[in-house]
Amino acid sequence: MIALENVTKRYDGVTVVDNVSLTLGGEGVTALIGPNGAGKSTLFGLVGRLLKPDAGRVTVGGLDISTTPSADLAKTLAVLRQDNHLTARLTVHDLVEFGRFPHSRGRLTMEDREHIERAIDYLELDAYRNRFLDELSGGQRQRAFIAMVLAQDTKYVLLDEPLNNLDLRHMTEIMRLVRRMADELGKRVVTVLHDINFAATWSDRIVAMRDGAVVADASSREIMRPEVLKAVYDTTVDVREIDGKPIALYYG
Amino acid sequence: MLTDIPPTTTPSAPAAARSRLVAAWARPGFRIGLLGAVVLGLVVVYLFSDVPGSLAFALEKRSLTVAAMLVVSTAVGVSTVVFHTITQNRILTPAIMGFDAFYVLISTVIVFVSGSAAFLAVDEVTLWLVQVVVMVAFSVLLFTWLFGGKRRSIHLMLLVGIVLGTFFRSFTEWMQRMLDPLDFQVLSDAMFASLTRPDELLLGLSAVLVALGCAVIVPLRRTLDVLTLGEPTAVGLGIDHRRVVMVLFLGVSVMIAASTALVGPILFFGLIVANLAYSYAGSFRHVWTLPTAVLLGMVCLLGGQLILERIFGLGGTLSTVIDFAGGLFFLYLVLRRGAR
Repeated sequence: MIALENVTKRYDGVTVVDNVSLTLGGEGVTALIGPNGAGKSTLFGLVGRLLKPDAGRVTVGGLDISTTPSADLAKTLAVLRQDNHLTARLTVHDLVEFGRFPHSRGRLTMEDREHIERAIDYLELDAYRNRFLDELSGGQRQRAFIAMVLAQDTKYVLLDEPLNNLDLRHMTEIMRLVRRMADELGKRVVTVLHDINFAATWSDRIVAMRDGAVVADASSREIMRPEVLKAVYDTTVDVREIDGKPIALYYG
Repeated sequence: MLTDIPPTTTPSAPAAARSRLVAAWARPGFRIGLLGAVVLGLVVVYLFSDVPGSLAFALEKRSLTVAAMLVVSTAVGVSTVVFHTITQNRILTPAIMGFDAFYVLISTVIVFVSGSAAFLAVDEVTLWLVQVVVMVAFSVLLFTWLFGGKRRSIHLMLLVGIVLGTFFRSFTEWMQRMLDPLDFQVLSDAMFASLTRPDELLLGLSAVLVALGCAVIVPLRRTLDVLTLGEPTAVGLGIDHRRVVMVLFLGVSVMIAASTALVGPILFFGLIVANLAYSYAGSFRHVWTLPTAVLLGMVCLLGGQLILERIFGLGGTLSTVIDFAGGLFFLYLVLRRGAR
């Protein structure tokens, strides 16, 4: 489990994550939602050891992230960031290979190669494996990065806004993949999502944040109620049932 | 890439040979081997051609110059590539961090305070040592200050470097304006990078420092590959980013300091060599880009020196040509980036 105990993070006196205690990483997919500036990405940064908390403790699978060597944590927790700008030209295969770095330190064994092949197959990237990343569409690129995370072979996977800048088809495609990773491969996926309908459709549990605190934490169906969403986003959100699924309408 | 595979119609003998060559060219190892052969050829030409008097005497003098070139191109090539990887950019170089300007400042201060007579009289090794120690101390101070605090943004560091560089240059200019014309002349002469006539002892000492830098950086080549992905991803892949970057910066500082103190400021050289290496090596992996940058450095220095010395009949200041070519190349890089 990923456990946060009384975690606080401030930037120049402004509290961004305020005394949060939360357990993530149960079976299936957990979505983290909330308005901009709610502290979702900061929370990911704290768990992904990019940021140090000002107070509190974070453990991943029982390992305290402030004392466990980074290399060991990278074998239990994989993080995909939002912005993946690269200065060098890499092929899809090169990128996926990097997923094995925590295990092989760059010297690939037979086992590493098997993991790489499996990840490439799983994300249906075989046809693109020798293409450069800057020659791919946004959706293919995102799949390549997810393949890297998959090759890392960790129990916990954090995805920070994996649907950013994708069109409808690719958004659905990525969410379907995330779901499959959780169901077939037993990954514990935690993902930040902005579209609450995607969150409701594809995840088992939704954690809603606002002003650095967790304001709701329940199953998708319980979160998808107008009064809960109003409390989270501070705007009126209508929720209708369509084919037995709650759909939020927030287009004005 | 699929399009690179030649058509599979029954190949005639020359076509088969050509396709084998194409396949070989795709391998970074082959390209580096080829470059190595070019460097060896240039070394042989430089050592043995156009010998005016005793061959033994010429060989002794010239091999020292070649050794100095090797030390400088290793220091500049390796440190620039590493610097680019750490800072996630391919235009800024350690020179931008104010290294060259700082070197000129140290020398100017010495001349300003003690006069050119003392500057010329001071033991070369002492001068070299003072310059290396001051430069390494400066960069370590800069990095610990910028990386020790809470905010450790690489862009802030570059900005600080640029501001410091400008400050050093203005301060140097101000002091130089108040110098005695004779002192100024001695100083200007010393501030042109010169690869010929290196002092043997200094060359040896610099070589040791550069070798030490390599001994730190080369074992980290695979980690450097991961750093190409940027800090967030590298941290996610289990790299202790802060520690690794500090170690690498220390290695870079020592190498740059040693080579600058040996031959003087060579500003744009690293920029050309590193960027050519990225295209030539055809791989982002540091196993290939690092040696390619060093070899290309040798080609530039040896080739430039040969052209200057044997064709135009000039000795000495290769750095003027390198700065000129480097400036043009810098403009090209900036414009090309802007066009995309």
